[in-house]
Amino acid sequence: MNAIPETPLLSVRDLRVHFSLPGKGLFGKPRTLKAVDGVDFDLFPGETLGIVGESGCGKSTLGRAILQLIPPTAGQVVWLGKDIVGTRDRDLQPLRRDLQIIFQDPLASLNPRMTIGEIIAEPLVTHKADLGKAEIRNRVKTMMARVGLLPQMINRYPHEFSGGQCQRIGIARAMILEPKLIVCDEPVSALDVSIQAQIVNLLQDLQRDFGLSMLFISHDLSVVRHICQRILVLYLGNVMELADRDTIYAAPKHPYTKALISAVPIPDPELERSKERIVLKGDLPSPINPPSGCVFRTRCPFAKEKCATDIPMIETLGPSHQVACHFHGRM
Amino acid sequence: MSQHILTVDNLTTRFATPDGEVEAVNAVSFHIDPGETLGVVGESGSGKTQIFMSVMGLLSKNGKASGSVRYKDAEILNLAPAKLNKIRGVTMSMIFQDPMTSLNPFLKISKQMTEVLVEHRGYSEEKALKHAVNMLDRVGIPGAAQRVHMYPHEFSGGMRQRVMIAMALLCDPEVLIADEPTTALDVTVQAQILDLLRDLKKDFNTAIVMITHDLGVVAGLCDRVMVMYGGRVVETGNVRDIFYDSHHPYTEGLLKSMPRIDRAHEQKMYAIPGQPPNLQNLPSGCAYQERCDYVQNRCTQSRPVLYDIAQGRASACFREVGE
Repeated sequence: MNAIPETPLLSVRDLRVHFSLPGKGLFGKPRTLKAVDGVDFDLFPGETLGIVGESGCGKSTLGRAILQLIPPTAGQVVWLGKDIVGTRDRDLQPLRRDLQIIFQDPLASLNPRMTIGEIIAEPLVTHKADLGKAEIRNRVKTMMARVGLLPQMINRYPHEFSGGQCQRIGIARAMILEPKLIVCDEPVSALDVSIQAQIVNLLQDLQRDFGLSMLFISHDLSVVRHICQRILVLYLGNVMELADRDTIYAAPKHPYTKALISAVPIPDPELERSKERIVLKGDLPSPINPPSGCVFRTRCPFAKEKCATDIPMIETLGPSHQVACHFHGRM
Repeated sequence: MSQHILTVDNLTTRFATPDGEVEAVNAVSFHIDPGETLGVVGESGSGKTQIFMSVMGLLSKNGKASGSVRYKDAEILNLAPAKLNKIRGVTMSMIFQDPMTSLNPFLKISKQMTEVLVEHRGYSEEKALKHAVNMLDRVGIPGAAQRVHMYPHEFSGGMRQRVMIAMALLCDPEVLIADEPTTALDVTVQAQILDLLRDLKKDFNTAIVMITHDLGVVAGLCDRVMVMYGGRVVETGNVRDIFYDSHHPYTEGLLKSMPRIDRAHEQKMYAIPGQPPNLQNLPSGCAYQERCDYVQNRCTQSRPVLYDIAQGRASACFREVGE
């Protein structure tokens, strides 16, 4: 792996996103849903960081809060040395050129009444108003060819394309301004297996060619293993473990990481039937009323008394390995 | 002679659409034995779900199935609903990907679960409720006696899928057809549901059909596998043959393009080129020709049939017959 440069592109510090909900009943006290509750990490230029966890763990909210699409409740998002939390919309506009997002549902994220040429051109029209029409059309066609779409399809509408092609359109729209960071929110989850590999390869090629950084949000740990250099494991809005890819898959320290990895089926009958598994009981608890102490303790097969009373601090185990568990050394 | 519990012969399912007739399932034949788990693998539009919608008499109005489907010795394809209801939900049950759309949001679980027992088994309400609670308990729903009186929206996704499974098991079916039952669930919950299915097979000798696109799920659960492409079966075999000695180029491509959690990936992922076929506009010859690494002249001219490779093992590719 390449040496990671010293200065991070993005630093997230103690980021929190809390939503207030109406109380139960007419006179109930308002409640707070802590979707993201104190997340720290750095992202370096050219790096892909995977954010994994079950549905409801806050991974999408985290991605959106970093892009300021959801206003964070507290904490810092330092982009190129400057905290952008609380920046006015008007002042965010120039930053958005460098910060793009790709969504899970490829068709739902494209306006059905716009041609794909208009869709892909929209960021250019917004951010580079001085470009002429012909130049915009040229750049759109070049980008279409780059992501594997036939440029002569520029006047077609989204419904004429398959799911995989719609995802290519979404990628072209995100790439047209040559951003520095793309947040990919489950970009391949809705695609067929054979198409998924095509899109993963495309993202990797684009990353190499443009020197992009990516936050790759996914519940699929097999895809994440393929595309990400470092992986952050999130549970109920809290970081459980953060490590580089090889460490996290070969020697996970947090029981939740271990359970997640062992639950992923391996497409090999002998290995799948003989592997050791940690089956977690039950479902994710409600983030409105999270467990005391360690949020994972209610499903943790190794939970002890201390886990119910003390919140585990994030411990640094190595140059790029952090874990939040009282008993990580003893498992 | 038939000891098979379900035998499908030459099943073809057509849909009338404004753009003409579409053959979603084409000349599909297979069988299932008691206690066996059959994996049906394919991408969206491969026809894998429509086979079993035809079997269960659940096709939409514009769909028409022909061929033969036998439950033990009795022909059940296109039976009148009244006669079919003696079989479906009783000896053959089906569970679906999205439990929320298959449960009635207006009815308590207790009502939805006892109805079938009162109807089919002639149980009293009281006896039926007891049986329903037992079944919810069996599939791992904590506090089943209380939760049976709740509405579907009060359950999480994983719990709803358990309710669906419990409901499908009420009458001790001999065949359980599971259509992508874990696709909408998190991996941790998927692991719980797959364990539950494994127990069923062990404890009740239930035959299970697992319709899925996830080869990992197939590897862990299934005895035999049927791979579908463009509405046809392209390869069948036991699970080890399919994974360790795949014959059809599509099966091979699918296996190669699966990202794997147990391996470090240094290079690019293998990707099957192109798009899944459009059933309305299938090429003459092999449906897979445009994406195939081994395509030859004859693949564009005529369509390869399923060639037997060994006992219970077949592949629909000209590579099996040589030059």
